[in-house]
Amino acid sequence: MNMQQAIKMTAAETALVDAYTAQIGDLPGDGAVLSVRDTLVHELKTAGLPTRRVESWHYTDLRTLLRAVPAADPSAFAERVEALVSGATVFSVRNGHADFKGNAPEGVTIRSYTDSLLDGSAAAGLAVLGTDDAIGRINGGLVRGGLELSIADGTELEDPLEIQLVQSLGQAHTRFPVSFGANTKATVIERHLSTNAAESLISSVSDITVGEGADITWIILQQQGAADTHLGQIRFDLAADAKLHLFIINAGGKLVRQEIHGKTSGEGADFKLRGINLLGGESHTDVTFTLGHNVPHTTSTEVIRNVVFDRAKGVFQGKILVAKDAQKTDAKMACNTLLLSDDADLSAKPELEIFADDVQCGHGATVADIDHTQLFYLMARGIPENKARAMLVNAFVAEIVEELDDEPLVEALESVISTWLDKHA
Amino acid sequence: MLEIKNLHARIAEDGTEIIRGLNLTVKAGEVAAIMGPNGSGKSTLSYILSGREDYEVTEGEILYNGENILELEASERAAKGIFLAFQYPVEIPGVATMQFLKVAMNEQRKYRGEDELTTPEFMRRVKEAAAELKIAPEMLRRPLNVGFSGGEKKRAEILQMALLEPKLCVLDETDSGLDIDALKIVADGVNALRSPDRAVIVITHYQRLLDYIVPDTVHVLYKGQVIKSGDKTLAHELEANGYADIIEAAA
Repeated sequence: MNMQQAIKMTAAETALVDAYTAQIGDLPGDGAVLSVRDTLVHELKTAGLPTRRVESWHYTDLRTLLRAVPAADPSAFAERVEALVSGATVFSVRNGHADFKGNAPEGVTIRSYTDSLLDGSAAAGLAVLGTDDAIGRINGGLVRGGLELSIADGTELEDPLEIQLVQSLGQAHTRFPVSFGANTKATVIERHLSTNAAESLISSVSDITVGEGADITWIILQQQGAADTHLGQIRFDLAADAKLHLFIINAGGKLVRQEIHGKTSGEGADFKLRGINLLGGESHTDVTFTLGHNVPHTTSTEVIRNVVFDRAKGVFQGKILVAKDAQKTDAKMACNTLLLSDDADLSAKPELEIFADDVQCGHGATVADIDHTQLFYLMARGIPENKARAMLVNAFVAEIVEELDDEPLVEALESVISTWLDKHA
Repeated sequence: MLEIKNLHARIAEDGTEIIRGLNLTVKAGEVAAIMGPNGSGKSTLSYILSGREDYEVTEGEILYNGENILELEASERAAKGIFLAFQYPVEIPGVATMQFLKVAMNEQRKYRGEDELTTPEFMRRVKEAAAELKIAPEMLRRPLNVGFSGGEKKRAEILQMALLEPKLCVLDETDSGLDIDALKIVADGVNALRSPDRAVIVITHYQRLLDYIVPDTVHVLYKGQVIKSGDKTLAHELEANGYADIIEAAA
């Protein structure tokens, strides 16, 4: 008996496979790309979406949680919004369609990802990261557009680049391969927004390489609607002395999985992850992170702050792998959580897998409620309880926003956070 | 201004009774010192006055300008003019000192139906008050009380008091951890606020602070009751002879 045929597809699985079937002949791609797509969709059909029995999906049983998939609506319209910070160059992606006609700053080359699918140069990048890479599979099967950016060696961008993904409804699958040349300096804001309350599903994969000596800040700001599913993935590869500061804010969505998969490939590489998860309502938000310290003398720090209200559920999985040769690795991971209701829930699973013997690695996780002494102190100065609580929650996350050494950006992100808190606290 | 009648209170968590039938009256314009040995209920009294929820009042009442305040939230009491200078000011990383001051001042004004301060007016007031207390601008740029020395924390408390212009000031062991120079600065700050329509309650272990903030009345607290009241000479008596005689006489 064939086990693969024993799986009865769920409504969501059927909808994803149907979305593919319906678009055959229309999805961009040359022979090589189409053959990868076929394989990925076949895998999806036979293996199904991951369940809690798949280790990396243990706390996010996608097969159960993803009940339905909204159909794509090619006629749907989504409006651009203002840049997060003034002066930013905005690359607009609306309902999955990238508009790449904007003026790229000097040193930045931009290309439509659809063209790379059409000429086949995107085929190799469509490969999944492993058998449980459901996001890579869904995205690789259905991706239609996105942008390819390449930043020339030595380019220093003063103003941020904003990749602005606005979704009104339906589904969209996008990809962003970005290569930062040697000694580049840049800030990129990957911003996911929704314009209305209609349900949507998006998958988006950013695949970045950071060249020698480059110093890059990458922000993922996820503010989708309360009915939306967000499947995000960022992959990165750091060359020698490259610095990547990855900053993730989740402040929206109903079902969110943001994966971060990276590796250090050159000595002196430094990675910094800062994550803020603002969770409310009945949402489920999972941040899953793996980092391979593959060569000696590389460093990383990861700090995740979760604020969980209502009946929301949060997940943080962080796995740091230190290869046998990666001596002198220095890695520290922390996950701190404020649980603000009895029904709020957070699962944290930090892991270290160390094969080298001369390293400094550590991890810690804390879960707490608002500090009552601090709350009383603020109230004793005349600040009403609601406002005092909001200030303390804000303080808990503001600490790490302020690490970003960019005043307008810090202000913009702080305003996103306080707006969210005003609405939920 | 303040009338405490037969107050009984206990720790909410374990029911331990701390205040056992306390009576105290403080008039407008008065500086009242409350002294007493460790564990007599001094700090508890300050927390109950300011509305900390860890304590439960089981009997009696606290009238502030004739109004029973026991049902009011800590923030409402503060807006009505009750200020507690903490023995251990609380560090709050992530909350900027200036932002905190502005929110506190404006929330109190809002509660009282007054207009919020404009930013220039707010800045002017803070600058002036900080200079009086010899508080460096750098200190105000740090997160609230974070990295402040003991003396800086106490000065910051008095700064808040000066800015919030309360009617009833409760100073809980404000002298603890202060060297003599810092003590003088803090005492000057308090004395500058003395006025006919403002009352001050100074809670202290030692006579020392009372050399600088001279009280009109002195009350000895023991086992949750005021066992003796007098004028400032009572403080000198305590300093010379300790609490034993008074405790014995009251027993």
